[in-house]
Amino acid sequence: MSEAVREDAVILETRALEKRFGGVNAIAGVDFALRRGELRCLIGPNGAGKSTFFKMLTAQIRPSKGQVLFDGRDISRAHPHEISRLGIGIKNQVPDVYDGITVDENLWLAAHLRHGARAARAKVDETLERLELGDIRWQLLGALAHGQRQWVEFGMVMALEPEVILLDEPTAGMSIEETNRTAALIREVNRTTTIVVVEHDMQFIRQIADIVTVFHQGRILAEDTMARIQANQAVREVYLGTSGLA
Amino acid sequence: MVHGIALMQHPSEKPKWWWWAFVAALAAFFITMPFHLEIFVILEMSRFFGMAMLALSMGFLWGFSGILSFGQTAFFGLGGYGFTVLALNTGETTGSVFFAVALGAAGAGILGYFMIYGRISEIYLSVITLVFTLILEKGIRATSGDQYVIGKVRLNGQNGIPTVPQLDVPWNPSVQLDINWFFWVGAVLMILVYIGLRMILTTPFGRVLVGIRENERRTELLGYDTRRYKLGAFMLAGGVAGLGGALYAISIPLAHPEMFSLGRAADVIMWVLVGGKGTLIGPIAGVFAIEHFKGWLGTQGVGQVTLVLGAVLILFVLVFHKGLLPSVGSLPGLWLDRAAIREQLAEFVQRLTGRSSPPRRRRRQGGRP
Repeated sequence: MSEAVREDAVILETRALEKRFGGVNAIAGVDFALRRGELRCLIGPNGAGKSTFFKMLTAQIRPSKGQVLFDGRDISRAHPHEISRLGIGIKNQVPDVYDGITVDENLWLAAHLRHGARAARAKVDETLERLELGDIRWQLLGALAHGQRQWVEFGMVMALEPEVILLDEPTAGMSIEETNRTAALIREVNRTTTIVVVEHDMQFIRQIADIVTVFHQGRILAEDTMARIQANQAVREVYLGTSGLA
Repeated sequence: MVHGIALMQHPSEKPKWWWWAFVAALAAFFITMPFHLEIFVILEMSRFFGMAMLALSMGFLWGFSGILSFGQTAFFGLGGYGFTVLALNTGETTGSVFFAVALGAAGAGILGYFMIYGRISEIYLSVITLVFTLILEKGIRATSGDQYVIGKVRLNGQNGIPTVPQLDVPWNPSVQLDINWFFWVGAVLMILVYIGLRMILTTPFGRVLVGIRENERRTELLGYDTRRYKLGAFMLAGGVAGLGGALYAISIPLAHPEMFSLGRAADVIMWVLVGGKGTLIGPIAGVFAIEHFKGWLGTQGVGQVTLVLGAVLILFVLVFHKGLLPSVGSLPGLWLDRAAIREQLAEFVQRLTGRSSPPRRRRRQGGRP
């Protein structure tokens, strides 16, 4: 049964996390816990603090107070390059890729870090196949469509084989078809990997979410299954307006 | 193919046979030169090899790691002075050349450590490197007194050290290389540095550097400690510039504060920009083209050489912004794509003449069978 215990173990956690910008409390004391194997969605109206929270989870900005624990280790003051080595894969909202080099080379740089020079080649092939990017392999990334660039970035994060993947608005700017494919991909990757998604596309969240955490004014307003969140009166009021979910 | 030699597309790929053929041709070209050229041409061109290494050091840093070091001349000058002082003290040149490389790399290591680990932004890095080389220039210029002696060598301030020893035969230091042999050594060293830097780009180190140039944050998020890579590249370039400095000092022969100067630092930018940033052969071509052009202008009685060079630089930045070789390299592509160019020109003319409906649109709607 040790497997089940592991599954249940908290892998990413924040304790009394705060972030002030000037006089504004962007994040005002958040206790958050993510268990291994979860697929968690973070939602909230604009300015609720989800992006700030995301940036602190990934050690891209430092908290004013509190801790971010990954596997029990405080990572809030870690260097950016250490985060990936610990097993956290990050995809920011804006595609953060290498435009001037080929798709293949983009993936290789990710694969090489985790798997070393020898195994990187095979990992690139595997990732290209998994994401069906074989056709554009030798193209310069900058010449590709927005959706494809996002996918290559997924591929890079996947090639790192992290324990936790954090995605900030992964479907921003994608067509409906691309969004559906992304949802399917996230579901598939979630079989082996813990995932956190910041989103505000409700349709998309309904497709993928297990548990949804709702942010409001820098705090967690509610945390529950999507069905119960949709029924939650407080959430409807602050986030969705009284008209309910679209 | 020209495109490939100019190295525009996939620096990470191992060079193909035709690249090696090109390098062999280049080597043969230089090696046969002393047999059919006048001695004064050989003497003049000997100076270019040291400059070419200085250009390569900047071209590598700027073009492939995205670090714009305005002050590669600092390590160039350190190499020149380091070689001269040590060789005059020991009476031996081979080890002194290695010392020049080490001094360039060490200088770059110390300066680079503070800049790169201090996370100084790109523009400040450019400014600090420039200031660093100017400080060294001022410092060296101030060493004219008798008290400025290293070992038995007087630094001589403004006048520089004119007694730079000629290279000798490594296994027989009592024999000095003559003009032709020095030319060959310079040419071969330059080509070896060129090959070496090109090969480094195919290694994981080089590929990560290109990644840093493209997107440093992504490289960090992937888990690379980009500071280590950047410092490595900076030291490597410092070493190459140091070697160039030693060769240059031997070729004039003079170790002079001018090696550190603003004018020289600006030359390097110009060589790289005109030759082709983002390539390795470009900086070399830039040195030969511009320095030769400078010499030619001098013989034509043009008083304002700098002014003409400035105009050339502006022309390149505005029109051939990729530089000489990449522009030549893209000519075949342009030729193949001339239908598209004609279409663009037609549209442009229409916009100028104010006709509202572009007649070419018909063709596009027709589509291909």
